[in-house]
Amino acid sequence: MTQPAGLSTTEITEKARKIRISIIKMLLAAGSGHVGGSLGVADILATLYFGQHFQHDPAKPHAAGRDRFILSNGHICPALYATLAEAGYFPKAELLTLRKLHSRLQGHPVHRYSGHHGQHDLPGLEATTGSLGQGIEVAAGMALGFKLSGRGSRVICMTGDGEHQEGSVWEVLMFAAHKKLDNLTVIVDRNTLQIDGSTEQVMHLEPLSEKYQAFGWQVIDVDGHNPAQIDAALGEAASTHLKPTVLIAHTTMGKGVPMFENDFHYHGVAPKPAEAAQALTILGVF
Amino acid sequence: MPGRTLNLHRPKLEATRDGYGQALLELGKTNQDVVVLCGDLTESTRTQAFAKAYPERFIEVGVAEQNLVGLAAGLAAVGKLPFVATYAAFVPGRAFDQIRVQLAYAQANVKLSGAHAGLSVGPDGATHQMLEDLALMRALPNMTVLAPTDAEETRKATLAAAAWPGPVYLRFGRQEVPTYTTPETPFQIGQAHIFRRGDDVSIIAAGILTYEALQATDVLAKHGLSAEVIHSPSVKPLDEATILHSAVKTNHVLTLEEAQIAGGLGGAVAELLSERQPTKLRRLGVQNTFGQSGNPDELLKHYGLDSTAIVRAARQLVGR
Repeated sequence: MTQPAGLSTTEITEKARKIRISIIKMLLAAGSGHVGGSLGVADILATLYFGQHFQHDPAKPHAAGRDRFILSNGHICPALYATLAEAGYFPKAELLTLRKLHSRLQGHPVHRYSGHHGQHDLPGLEATTGSLGQGIEVAAGMALGFKLSGRGSRVICMTGDGEHQEGSVWEVLMFAAHKKLDNLTVIVDRNTLQIDGSTEQVMHLEPLSEKYQAFGWQVIDVDGHNPAQIDAALGEAASTHLKPTVLIAHTTMGKGVPMFENDFHYHGVAPKPAEAAQALTILGVF
Repeated sequence: MPGRTLNLHRPKLEATRDGYGQALLELGKTNQDVVVLCGDLTESTRTQAFAKAYPERFIEVGVAEQNLVGLAAGLAAVGKLPFVATYAAFVPGRAFDQIRVQLAYAQANVKLSGAHAGLSVGPDGATHQMLEDLALMRALPNMTVLAPTDAEETRKATLAAAAWPGPVYLRFGRQEVPTYTTPETPFQIGQAHIFRRGDDVSIIAAGILTYEALQATDVLAKHGLSAEVIHSPSVKPLDEATILHSAVKTNHVLTLEEAQIAGGLGGAVAELLSERQPTKLRRLGVQNTFGQSGNPDELLKHYGLDSTAIVRAARQLVGR
């Protein structure tokens, strides 16, 4: 049966720590990948999958009444893979196959709809993402489909802040408000960094909250590392009618490992062995 | 023999897109999961009848083609059967990345239609004359590519696309053309049909130009040339057996399409023949250039795609 995991904020914080540990281990094994962004969303994903507001059942990844989570900024998939394994969708040992030949943990998430529910794909993945500005469109399509069918499932979609430089994001933001998709919640991973530097220097996004408001969205600013705030905002989004909701989640890229924090050089790289060892020590692995 | 089912005596004039609109109405009635997404081109794409009959299942997306395709993928993911309607210039033209990732890779059950494809859209000019869609779509794994010849066949192709698992690209045109196929004419994805038997040259055509090829055969006969006309609306998957069999028989193959000669039907036939049955080949289509404004007939003549040009090319190829 699909239901929220319903853990306490203390338990969620512990889950987030374990997710971060998995991220470091899998990126070290892979030798490439995006460490900064992955660490930065661990608290959000832990809150979603282990908190009060996401209907799912890791034992039945295709359960009819489940909510959907789409990672539109697919490059930080190590965080999603680690969260799914932590929730029990597949064995944690498989995390170490990240980015390897024949692995279900591809460098960006892939999911095929045909072929017996995408049986060769990783359980818990709902969409193919990584080309920015697309996952959010798919998420809105799902939300509309649920509305048309009178189904109560919700769609939660995480997006990167730099991703908002894609024009297609604004196409779908316009659409979702126009169609009053109140079953769609977008979470913006607002870490203010992208590959080439600060989002405000590369191509400024501010005032981002006001832009969403002007497009007809309900906007909730949250501390992206505070499970109580995130969970409460997800609840507020669920009880809002006739408007989609966005959580602007203020995050720190690399959160939890000080030497990676707020440094855009760690956007698209994996930790070296010595860095990984140090990171694991900081995260409490001895 | 499919050729016997054709009505070449004063066929009614209709646009291929009319067949699309008709099929959508039929599908809307029989399948509650069918939804139609349109990019501000309801009348042009002939989706207005569906919109009127099933307003709750008609989704106006506005001028936003990337979103049009991405939304369709999401709808398919939760069990809907989306048909996406806009001009071929924009889908696949503008939304190629969404089509590649969200439809082809993901094997989403979405049916794309490229309306107003080819030179024959006429006065709108080069920006709107999509000539590269067949090549773009044929290059994608998991994609099925159909170019029906008239309104009746477009209706059948649309129904077949609905029943076919996975993404399909349907191409059709703007202007009225003779509806010369009949309800009895067979249509099946992956099959080509011999519309006229002949021994000296095989003309393999798709889309509205198959009719021009049939007109050309009468003239060719006067020059002592017996032409076989193979209608191949299924550009992918290609009916290799029928094409190879004909090539072995005639030793001369002429392809014909209202698209660039690179990568479309001509490209597909060239690849097939050069690997399996090297045959003297000539590809008629748009020869590595762009179109321009003009009326459809003028354009087909100027770019060498009317029956006169087909006769000339076939005679040169065979040397008679």
